[in-house]
Amino acid sequence: MRPLILSLSLLLALLFAGQAAAIDVYEFQNPEQEALYQQLTKELRCLVCQNQNLADSDAGLAKDLKDQVAEFVIAGQDAETIKQYMVERYGDFVDYDPPMNASTLFLWFSPLVVFILGAVILIYNIRKRHD
Amino acid sequence: MKKILFAVIPLLVFFGLLLLLFINLSTHSEVLPSPLIGKPVPAFEHPTLYTGELKTQEDFLGQPWLLNVFGSWCPSCQVEHPLVTALANSGQIKVVGLNWKDEPQDAKAWLQRWGDPYHEILVDYEGDTAINLGVYGAPETFLIDANGVIVHKISGVLTPENIQEQIIPKIKEMQP
Repeated sequence: MRPLILSLSLLLALLFAGQAAAIDVYEFQNPEQEALYQQLTKELRCLVCQNQNLADSDAGLAKDLKDQVAEFVIAGQDAETIKQYMVERYGDFVDYDPPMNASTLFLWFSPLVVFILGAVILIYNIRKRHD
Repeated sequence: MKKILFAVIPLLVFFGLLLLLFINLSTHSEVLPSPLIGKPVPAFEHPTLYTGELKTQEDFLGQPWLLNVFGSWCPSCQVEHPLVTALANSGQIKVVGLNWKDEPQDAKAWLQRWGDPYHEILVDYEGDTAINLGVYGAPETFLIDANGVIVHKISGVLTPENIQEQIIPKIKEMQP
């Protein structure tokens, strides 16, 4: 029993350790602003460590960009405006939720193509079996 | 026969995927296309490194220039430094340094050690202009025309190849 409790509490400690590191101190006016900040830094990519979002990154540039996002949020800007600001400077790549346009068409529709391809093969095989 | 053919399809798909990933491995790059090409240089006001005189983007109108983002903390900047120097000394283009998030005394010591080829050095201590330029790592180099429009950008170090194949032809294009 005791080893179980020990390992569980270690696990909990690990979970909270990760969270504590991700919290930055900004003076938001209300919880909505803080929520917007959290949401935006999760959806924006860190340009230095390209497979991390801003919230999780400790890179110097990520810190600057988080400061910028916090400043905009406190100034009362909406999510759309702030994302637009980042995309104008860094391109669609900065957005983890990329918009649909000519260059991201493949990204958006390749799963559908694979799905249809699978369906066609499946239907073909089932029909053949019936014959 | 047909049965065997169907059986090898998953295997073929697997190897196809493997090939695709392998190709991506060698061609993948972290260099991002800049959305700022063809747009005016974002407005800025920075002191110069040595005199502290404030300069804005308007002070650079009238002739093409190269904006080289560097910092004394950046090892790759040291790698490209001889090429920046050669380019500045060749007289083909005005070369301006943007000292990014650096302590002025560190920057001065670095330039003393490796040489100072820049016609002007702007100090972006807070990194504001770097963000406005979409800089995500040093070094980065922007080619800007006489009207203050960004013509080209090199992310990462300058090399003899990208200078010969990209920078020089673009400079020649801009000459009347």
